[in-house]
Amino acid sequence: MDYSNLRRQIFSMKKSLFDQGYLDEQFNQLEELQDDSSPNFVEEVVALFFKDSSRLLTNIEQALEKYPQDFYRLDSLVHQFKGSGSSIGALRMKNECSMFKAHCSDRNLEGCRRSLQKMKREHATLKQKLETYFQLLRQVGPRERAVNSWK
Amino acid sequence: MAVATETPFHVLAVDDSLPDRKLIERLLKTSSFQVTTVDSGSKALEFLGIHGEDSSPPVSVHEDQLEVAVNLIITDYCMPGMTGYDLLKKIKESTSLRDIPVVIMSSENIPSRINRCLEEGADEFFLKPVRLSDMSKLKPHILKSRCKEHYHQEQHQQSDSSSNECSNTTNSSSSSSDNSNSRKRKAEDNEEVLPQTNRSRHN
Repeated sequence: MDYSNLRRQIFSMKKSLFDQGYLDEQFNQLEELQDDSSPNFVEEVVALFFKDSSRLLTNIEQALEKYPQDFYRLDSLVHQFKGSGSSIGALRMKNECSMFKAHCSDRNLEGCRRSLQKMKREHATLKQKLETYFQLLRQVGPRERAVNSWK
Repeated sequence: MAVATETPFHVLAVDDSLPDRKLIERLLKTSSFQVTTVDSGSKALEFLGIHGEDSSPPVSVHEDQLEVAVNLIITDYCMPGMTGYDLLKKIKESTSLRDIPVVIMSSENIPSRINRCLEEGADEFFLKPVRLSDMSKLKPHILKSRCKEHYHQEQHQQSDSSSNECSNTTNSSSSSSDNSNSRKRKAEDNEEVLPQTNRSRHN
């Protein structure tokens, strides 16, 4: 079975995710932790991130509505988001969280609101791109994935 | 010399973030540690056998958990309720737990925070995201604390036998006897460690 076309696609997709700043080195670290004993580790941890972060985004949005002056609460919520984002290598997300935190310390409510919109967009985009990436990986199967020849 | 059947070291990992817990668990397992993860400082203390001020035996802990020694605790700093620092303090305040090495993880590089933790007795501070290369720093702390433990037990045994011989007399004779003691201890490791852990459960 000739996987070279598929592999090229995977390689080029991953490269563009890195070149465009969606992902950073931490994502490679995750892939290194994947092996026969944990063949879907990256996809699983990324799925946990998206589940967790969707909840956090909702909480942040609600906090902006209900407690707009509580920048401490907002900062603390975004801090969690930023932390788990950085754990999976979500660079753009992490950077947008830093922007949000900066607005919090400036007590800039409008800035926070704009930042949240950006975070939601980045979140949706990354989710979609990674879903595509994992779909491609699934097509090659575990043996091909383990070879990591497209790194 | 029962080296072939060495039990892996057991690490208790504490982090309120689900993806982070999964990551630390994977990092630890890949590095051949046995892992238990909990999502809060209070659950960590429960697992370790402490209930706040009252150190009565835990009610909800399984029978087998009581038999499992924890060789190292790695905890996130920023957690709601009890922070990693609070947890560190509680561990160091406990006579039965204070020799267990504690590592703090944080996504923020704040020197005053790091110093505070180290001063309180943390053995290591990792900046998140934690990497595989960080895992190699854990075993030395575990081994160091075991040497301390063996030394304490040796002192205890020596005072029991009412011998005045100091264990730090020089020369190969004493070091070879130390070696044979530690070899013997290795084979009985689990039994040696358990009494201390059990004590912490049944205070």
